[in-house]
Amino acid sequence: MSALDELTSAYLSAKADPGFQAELAALLRDYAGRPTLLTEVPRFAAEAGGGRVFLKREDLAHTGSHKINNVIGQALLTRRMGKTRVIAETGAGQHGVATATACALLGLDCVVYMGEEDTRRQALNVARMRMLGAEVIPVTTGSRTLKDAINEAFRDWVTTVDTTHYCIGSVMGPHPFPVMVRDFQRVIGLEAREQVQVAAGRLPDAVIACVGGGSNAIGAFHAFIPDDGVRLIGCEAGGDGLATGRHAATLVGGSAGVIHGMRTYLLQDDDGQTLDTHSVSAGLDYPGVGPEHAWLHDTGRASYRAITDAEAMDAFSVLCRTEGIIPAIESAHALAGALQLGPELGSDAVLLVNLSGRGDKDVDIAAQWFGHLG
Amino acid sequence: MSTVSTAFERAGAEGRAALVGYLPAGFPSVPDAIAALTAMAQAGVDIVEIGLPYSDPLMDGPVIQEAARRALAAGTRVSDVLDTVQAVAAAGVPVLVMTYWNPVDHHGVAAFARDLANAGGSGLITPDLTPEEAGPWLEAAAARGLDPVFLVAPSSSAERIKLITAACGGFVYAASVMGTTGARDAVGGQAAGLVRRVREYTKLPVAVGLGVKDPSQAAEVAGFADGVIVGSAFVRRLLDAPDAGAGIAAVRDLAADLAAGVRHPDR
Repeated sequence: MSALDELTSAYLSAKADPGFQAELAALLRDYAGRPTLLTEVPRFAAEAGGGRVFLKREDLAHTGSHKINNVIGQALLTRRMGKTRVIAETGAGQHGVATATACALLGLDCVVYMGEEDTRRQALNVARMRMLGAEVIPVTTGSRTLKDAINEAFRDWVTTVDTTHYCIGSVMGPHPFPVMVRDFQRVIGLEAREQVQVAAGRLPDAVIACVGGGSNAIGAFHAFIPDDGVRLIGCEAGGDGLATGRHAATLVGGSAGVIHGMRTYLLQDDDGQTLDTHSVSAGLDYPGVGPEHAWLHDTGRASYRAITDAEAMDAFSVLCRTEGIIPAIESAHALAGALQLGPELGSDAVLLVNLSGRGDKDVDIAAQWFGHLG
Repeated sequence: MSTVSTAFERAGAEGRAALVGYLPAGFPSVPDAIAALTAMAQAGVDIVEIGLPYSDPLMDGPVIQEAARRALAAGTRVSDVLDTVQAVAAAGVPVLVMTYWNPVDHHGVAAFARDLANAGGSGLITPDLTPEEAGPWLEAAAARGLDPVFLVAPSSSAERIKLITAACGGFVYAASVMGTTGARDAVGGQAAGLVRRVREYTKLPVAVGLGVKDPSQAAEVAGFADGVIVGSAFVRRLLDAPDAGAGIAAVRDLAADLAAGVRHPDR
């Protein structure tokens, strides 16, 4: 608790400090490449009901995903707290790469915990992290995926808290992480809300994003929460289909409980044991979800749907062929949501899809899926 | 007065620290764990902690993680944990369940308290539950006469020690180091100081856990605490044994050695 209290206090002080905010804004602009583009995708939109579709290009941010927004903020906080070491968990590797990046930038030691299963399916990201100077520790306990990497990071942190900050990659975990990470990610929606009004002359009918832990989604949604006419659509990992039990669709298929220091929804069995999850995308393969999404779900402000592996990969392919953009498989879940929702809303609709990451890291998996490499 | 309080009182009257032993339910099997826990009690453990095996044991080191994994892989359910409580409590020793919060939350806090009390359990040790979140549990505990045991750590501020100890019943669990469960070669240097700070806020017995593995460490802790908690060292005896019978015998031997240790405190 004292580590969390210390972090909360440091975060609130940083939030109110114009110097901190200026330094953060400068790095997001000059290093990360913000503001990111809003790209209209008419050929994709033709497949999605014929309305207008805009992609928020977090794939073009430095390191290839939205994760950079959060890690720069937390790395600056680490330095502000006088700590010299950062640990992180990672699923797909994007948060691990982003954390290693920020640590290289600020001269902090970096250790990333990654499930052994994930080190295999996202091997290129493991290499990237090591090139950036981070130590990558494969986690061999539990199901050897993201939730186990989180467990191991917590076990490290409780022992090293005096020197170490645990840089959580999503809007999950004990307070203050869900709100702090959301605050660092809400730049996505703040920018997009301005950009879409310039481009389309009005607010969108829906903002669509994929949901694993929920950081890119909450970052995209947050600025639009007060806009009652804007639907917020979260697309979860439906894996092999909800009925098979092989999925990671926490809000659609789970129930309320406690995991990783938060009260939220999770996928659990009758005894409250965490269930194993499955998704073709490592970054969505998490049995919990950020508590703010649980709240948006329960209040009805946002709605969530499960997108199967097959639907996601189909959408992946559609974007590649219609717009020449290779999305991250995680983001392809949001694209699949647009392909479903667009026809429902019709040809007058304006959809904003958060393209949370690029798919370079997924070329291997996609190539196997589509049989491109024989 | 609860059976846990009585056990601490009796130890105090005998001029020694109480010995608290931990094993998870269901490892190596439900019946074998019951036999091991009963053997522990017969050999001199004053209070028994029964672990509820959980899929995400954040505060446990590799030894208890492995035992929990095996217990779950063998199909251990919450009902088995309650059966274990019943069997061990029948042997006449106070029994607490040590559990992460979600299984209790999912079962229903009031229902779990009822089932625990009906099984003869004396309380819960809840490492990942803060008093601020414990409203329903504290209410159910009071209604059922169960002891709610929370943890303090070397990093706990004075304010938090005050808050945590005010919510505790039975005893206060003082983690000797900043870390996870697991036997260590030396008792943490922060343990004695933590116990001293805790005693500024409560008259409840303070028991020290994390890392105690042999009689000389037990004697050292007994010199400044009201109770010595041993977990991973017992689990390791079961993990290292060639079969359950040998494991149970090893647990009994360790319990007897530790019981001697707490009767010869370093002062």
